This record gives sequence, structure tokens and C-alpha cells, in this order.
Amino acid sequence: MEPAVKRPYAEPELPPSRGAISAALIEYLRGTGPLPDDAVLAGAEPLGDDLQLALYLCYELHYRGFAGVDGAREWDPELLRVRAALEKPFLAALRAGATRHTRADEALDELLVEPVDGEGVSHFLQDKGELWQLREYAAQRSVYHLKEADPHAWVLPRLWGRAKAGMAAIEFDEWGAGRAERVHAQLFADLMTDLGLDPSYGRYLDASGAEALAVVNLMSLFGLHREMRGALVGHFAAVETTSSPGSRRLASAMRRTEAGPAAEHFYAEHVEADAVHEQVVRREVVAGLLEEEPHLDADIAFGVDATGWVEDRLADRLLEAWRSGRSSLRTAV
Amino acid sequence: MPDSPAERPRRIVARREGPMLVEGPVEIVLEDGTTVSSDRFCVALCTCRRSRIFPWCDTSHRRHSPAPRPAADH
Repeated sequence: MEPAVKRPYAEPELPPSRGAISAALIEYLRGTGPLPDDAVLAGAEPLGDDLQLALYLCYELHYRGFAGVDGAREWDPELLRVRAALEKPFLAALRAGATRHTRADEALDELLVEPVDGEGVSHFLQDKGELWQLREYAAQRSVYHLKEADPHAWVLPRLWGRAKAGMAAIEFDEWGAGRAERVHAQLFADLMTDLGLDPSYGRYLDASGAEALAVVNLMSLFGLHREMRGALVGHFAAVETTSSPGSRRLASAMRRTEAGPAAEHFYAEHVEADAVHEQVVRREVVAGLLEEEPHLDADIAFGVDATGWVEDRLADRLLEAWRSGRSSLRTAV
Repeated sequence: MPDSPAERPRRIVARREGPMLVEGPVEIVLEDGTTVSSDRFCVALCTCRRSRIFPWCDTSHRRHSPAPRPAADH
């Protein structure tokens, strides 16, 4: 029997469509229409709203699914064929736009230098971010942070030795080290509550732009394909390496705007945790994987580069809107 | 179990640059007599003394460059 009260993390509703591909896909998931045909798929803009939402919907079937969508759709061969047709242009755009290094150490070393006058989103929010901008930031980050560390779990069976042990140790920490109240996704839900946002899973999918969805789609793409294990590890290393200083600025933004103790704690915890994770991911996971599979060096570097690239695109969207006093969201929160 | 944590020495990873990595949990007594603790699987202890969350590392040891870098931002 269904419980009378709404579970906090029930399967989310399917969102509104953003174009022909996502519209057809949503109908198909509801069981009321055919999949998008090849002509429609061929016309997709790789980084646009329609393709990114469609890809997000395909991937989400592997995480929490959607209300009213048959669980068997996760392994529907026709749907997987469409997913592959969406992944191809996305991956091609990432490779063409992001690739700057062929060696993991060169790609990561660049991230270990802190700019004195940084101009990223966390710098903006620390210096002059207002509460409404912090809320917009949190709403769009929630499409990832409410499943924080989940996309990276898929790489575990594909690793061995030091890389596996290091990755598992970091993931254990991300998932609260055995304590539900410390799971990072829970800490983020608490942050959302402090900011007056609804922490229900998937609540702000429709509000999030293509750039925010691309950040999560990149993780799912790398996580779900064994052949992209190098890129997944590079992506994870890039996130852990840049997170600690960025989180310090965001904790400071939360403190200055009096966003609340849980909002501040989420980022304060990441300052300390990710300073550790950065060390373990570089010394054990990246170095361990290169020891086992040295041919993955360029893939790891690509994962680092691609992560910086999708984050920069998101930063551009947020800062462009905020600097002119506009909302960065698709729909108001 | 010869490899159980109780029967082998605690492992500390030390490098000239960056924090000292110590297997957790740890309890650290500071100079004012207060005690801080962490039960993380590994803790990074600040050795550059610039950390704003001393004794824990907050990556303040990193080199700084004047130009903004084009990379991921949290």
C-alpha cells in the first residue's frame, strides 16, 4: 500500500519538453507516442536545451526514474538506440570544444594553481552574491547535488587495486561514511531547505538550463560507459581538485548573506573533505589507474578538460544573467 | 588479522609540498589545549600553516597565478 504522506524522494514527475526530441521522448516514456525519428534526431543542437533534456531523461532512468514511467524502459533497446544517437553529437562537441591536454598530470597541474583575481561563479557569489542568486545557483546545482557522487559509482567495478580502493574510500566519504544524515546529497537537501527551496529530487529540472544539464549529462555519459572510465576518473579528479577553494568562497557567501547554518555547512564540509579527496584522487585513483592502464592517459586528460569546459559554459550563462540583473533560470523558483 | 588497523603502525604520507595525510580517525591537541577530532578515513593536516581551518588542510598551500585560469569552478 502506498503511504499516505508524500515520500521526500519519490520519483519525480516528467518535466515539460523543450523541443521536438524531448517532446517525443516524453510521450514515449508515458506510453502515448513513438520515439523521435532519425530526421528529428539528426537536427539536434548538441548543447541545446532539447538534446540536453532528452539525454537527461534517458540517463535518469538509471538513477531514480520518473513517476508513471515503466521501470523496464531503463533497458529498452529502442530507447538505448536513441540515447546513443544523442550521445554521439554531445561527445563530439565535447571532444572538439574541450580537448586541451593529452596527459593527465598536465591537465591536473593547471588546476592546482589558484588565480589571485579569479572571476568564476564562486568569486562572484563570495564578493557580491545576493540571496536570490545563491538560490538560483543551488536550484541548478541540485540536479547534480541531490545525487552527489552517484554517477561516479559506476566506475568502481571497472577499476582495480589502488584506483579502486581510493575511489571507494572517497565515495564512502561522499555517502556519509555510514551515517545517513551525513550523506552529501542530504547535506545539500538541508542547504536547499535553508534557502527556502524545495529539496524534492528533480524539483528544479525544468528551471535548469541546458548548461546545467550538460554538467550532469557529462557525468552520466562517462559513468555509464566502461570505455570512458578514464574520462570519468579525470572528471572526478577535476571536480575534487577545484572544489575545496571554490567551496570556501561559497561558504563565505552563505555566511555573508546569512543563508543559514546548513547552507554554510554544506560548503564548509566540502572545503575540508575535498582537500583530502583531491590528494587521494590524484595519488591513488589517477596514479593507480595509470599504473594499471597507462594507455588511458589522454582519456583522463579529456575528462579533466571536458569538466572545465562544461563548467565554464555554465558560469558564462550564470554570470551573464546576473551581471545584467536578470535571472539565470528558465522558470522562476 | 595481521593487517588489522590495531596491529600495524598508523600510516602517514608526507610530502614536501601539500598536507600530511594521516589515516583517520584522529584527535589533535592544539596549542591552546583544545582538542579537535575527525573520523574521516583519511585526514589532510596543514603543514604550510596558511590554512584557515588549521589543523586541517584547506588547499591554501597552492601556488597563485595573477591571471584567471579558464577551468572548472565549483
